[in-house]
Formats: sequence, structure tokens, C-alpha cells
Amino acid sequence: MSDPKIEGFELKPGFSGMAKDTASDQTMFKGVHWGKAMMWIFLLSDTFIFSCFLISYMKGRGSTLIDWPNASEVFGLHVFGVNVPLLLIAIMTFVLITSSGTMALAVKYGYEKNKKMCGWLILATAIGGLIFVGMQAFEWSKLIHEGVRPWENPFGAPQFGSFFFMITGFHGTHVSIGVIFLFIYAYKTFAGHYDEGKRGWFTTMKGDYVEVEILGLYWHFVDLVWVFIFAFFYLW
Amino acid sequence: MDKTKKQEQASTHKIGIYLWIWGLLFVLSFFSYMVDWYQFQGMLRWSLILFFMFLKAGLIMAFFMHLFWERYALVNVLLWPMTAIACFIFLMVAEFEYTVFTRLFYFVTGGV
Repeated sequence: MSDPKIEGFELKPGFSGMAKDTASDQTMFKGVHWGKAMMWIFLLSDTFIFSCFLISYMKGRGSTLIDWPNASEVFGLHVFGVNVPLLLIAIMTFVLITSSGTMALAVKYGYEKNKKMCGWLILATAIGGLIFVGMQAFEWSKLIHEGVRPWENPFGAPQFGSFFFMITGFHGTHVSIGVIFLFIYAYKTFAGHYDEGKRGWFTTMKGDYVEVEILGLYWHFVDLVWVFIFAFFYLW
Repeated sequence: MDKTKKQEQASTHKIGIYLWIWGLLFVLSFFSYMVDWYQFQGMLRWSLILFFMFLKAGLIMAFFMHLFWERYALVNVLLWPMTAIACFIFLMVAEFEYTVFTRLFYFVTGGV
């Protein structure tokens, strides 16, 4: 926001601007759509949920006396006669980052009112998310076949299974919900709902490309959580 | 149409910045995968993992989620609550160390 004024309110940069915005006796987040502010606050609460999962994982892994399974081997794949460590997880990471990039570009083209580019990029993001969920389903079924359960597994500490299914399952649920909404928003973009200002189903809010940015925030958050899961669960 | 485009121009950014961040995220992910590939161990492994993780998270939040361009009122409301997570981590580290201690004490020595 480089706008110097919003509805006659003079915007100042930095912390003095923050004090002025907060004390303005008006809306606090100047120039921020209410939907965007609410999405941010939802994401903040979601951050706490995922933090609790990851912290309980830390506590469980730190307090067990049995050796933790070696993630590098457990999640390795046997391709072309060679064992490649963490291969599937690496591909999943790259797919998710790719979809995050296409989403960022979709938001940019949305603000430029470039309907076609925006729609295609949202669709590309949705397909990336779908591939990610597919690979996660493959990973789950592979581990279940190898005998990993929430209460036991053949590799080491029994807590491993419960943390794995809980954390990746919750993340996968987020991705799946995101994919559903990405497909809906791709349709809405192509149908021109954001150009015409057409209303959504449960809202009196008129359609606007800011909705693409709000969805983008959610999708980037899903990628953000994966960055932490990748680091703590798969690499640590 | 042209008029609205001009007005909106202020809130969009050049495509180059997104492509740069995108590329950087790929490179950083590749590096963090290499940490596992070369089987670094101990402090080197953990510090590299954390370094790449925070760098990636920061880039996503700052540029893809536009926090770098948001006003401080929003940024501060979002980032300060994270310190509570840091406190929780410290508490739980103390907790699991105590759990390990009691387990070793009672399982191994029999609580003598």
C-alpha cells in the first residue's frame, strides 16, 4: 500500500503509522479488505493449531527412550534399482512450491484484471494441489502396507505413526479443502464473477479480485506449513 | 477499463519479484534436500535445516503473502503472537527433558 491517503485519513509509514492507525477510532487495518483481515486472523489461529501438533511431536519424540525411525529410510523410494532417500517427499515439496508460485502470479494477474491468465493460473494451482494430495495418499498407503499404525510400527518408536498420521493428515485436509476452493474460484474467475461484481452464495459481498488474494493467502499458508513439516518431520 | 487498470497499478508488483522468489524457494528446497542427501549429522544438520526453513518461510510470508508491503498495524498484529509459540516450545523442552529423566530413573535404575 503506497497510497498516502485512504478516505481522507493520512497514512504514515512505520511504527508511528501503526500507532496512528490503531488509535484512529476507525477501522484499524487501513486499506485492507475485511475478508483479507479475517483470513489473516484465521491463519493465525491455524498457525497455533499446527504449532501445537509440531510441539507435541517434539515432546513425544524427545521423551521416548526407543530410537526414532530414520525418516530418510522410511520415506525413501526404490527406483530403477537404487534406493533414493526422501524422494517422494522432495517431489511433493517441489510440487507444492510450484503451485504456490502459480498462485502468487494468479493474484498478481487478478489485480491487473487479466481474467484469462488469472483463471488458468488458479487452475494450474488446483492441479498442483491435486497431484500433492495424490502423492500423499500413495505415501499413506505405502506406509500402512508396511505396517505403520498410530500405535505401532516396524521401524522404531511407536509414537512415530500417530504423529505422522495426525500431522500430515491435518495438512492434507487443508490441501484438499484448498483444492476444492481453487476449482470453484477458477470457475468463478472464468465466468467473470469478479469482473461483474457478482455475489457469492453465502454473502452479500460483491465479487472482486481481492477474493483471489484471500484464497492465495490460504494456499500460501498451506505451503508455509509444509515448509515446517518438511523440516521437522522429514529432515530432522 | 483502462481507468480502473491505472488505479489498480499501485497495488500490483512487477512479475520479476515473484519469479525471483519462486526460483529462490526452489533453490532453498533443493539445498535442504541436499542436507539429507549428504547425511549431515549433529549441529550442522540442525542449523542448516532451521536456516533454510526460516528463510523459505520468511520469503513466502514477505512476498507471496505480501506482508512486506502491508502496513505495520497488520504485520505486528500477526507476528507478535508468534512469540507465544516460542515460549511454549521452551516450556515443552523442559517438560520432555524431565520426562526422559524420570523414565531413565524409574525404568533403568528401578527408582532406587
